[in-house]
Amino acid sequence: MKAHLTRRYLFSASHRLHCQQLSEDENRATYGKCNNPYGHGHNYALEVTVSGQVNPQTGMICDLVDLDNAVRREVLGRFDHQNLNVRQEFKTAVPTTENLIEVIFNILKQSFTAAHLERVRLEETMMNSFEYAGGAELRP
Amino acid sequence: MVYLTRKCEFSASHYYHNPEFTAEENQRVFGKCANLNGHGHNYTLEVTVKGDVDPGTGFVMDLKELKEILNREVLDAFDHRHLNKEIPEFLTQIPTTENLAIAIWDRLQNKIGLARLHRVRLYELPDLFVDFYGER
Repeated sequence: MKAHLTRRYLFSASHRLHCQQLSEDENRATYGKCNNPYGHGHNYALEVTVSGQVNPQTGMICDLVDLDNAVRREVLGRFDHQNLNVRQEFKTAVPTTENLIEVIFNILKQSFTAAHLERVRLEETMMNSFEYAGGAELRP
Repeated sequence: MVYLTRKCEFSASHYYHNPEFTAEENQRVFGKCANLNGHGHNYTLEVTVKGDVDPGTGFVMDLKELKEILNREVLDAFDHRHLNKEIPEFLTQIPTTENLAIAIWDRLQNKIGLARLHRVRLYELPDLFVDFYGER
């Protein structure tokens, strides 16, 4: 029997939305207050959904400790209390939450193989959130 | 393909009444929602759009623009209104949360720009919500 499991994590980071290819005026017009030169921060909430067959012996899709370790080491260890703009992942890409969620999905796809990585959901604020399933359509 | 969800809130009043039902049937089907004096809710609306990330901006769509669209198309129309008496869709339909989610979908569908509307999720109460994906 296949089941889906979602675990939620929190991290805090700062960023500034600024595109090198745009002029100062264009950056301000495109990103508004997110273009503030000194940056600003968010408490991000990350939900990681994995899926797989329920192991009849353990009753689990995978060991949650393994998932926690992978997310803590590879995602939280990398981004928590960091300035996203100075990270090498955002050397050329603007650290919007769209780009951040793709980076996080790809990191976890590489580093966690004990179950199928189904979807990542990232809340930037209480009022907005993003989802990415490796480019696949989300199931209604 | 990335999915982006924006949340907003509005408050409105309504009642449930089908003129083709008898008073007893209305009472039986709709219970306390059938009170013709109406009642209200704080609705929470979550609108999800999908699209490819623009390589220049890193956006699926501008969140501020989505907020303005929700303000203009939904909140300006529904917030602090009586759904039965002031909203054209509900002159002939019962303003259930199902019908309200569909009405919101229809109002937003062609207003999202380059992104595509994926889901309208409407909470009538914190423990009760409806999802509509445009399926007819």
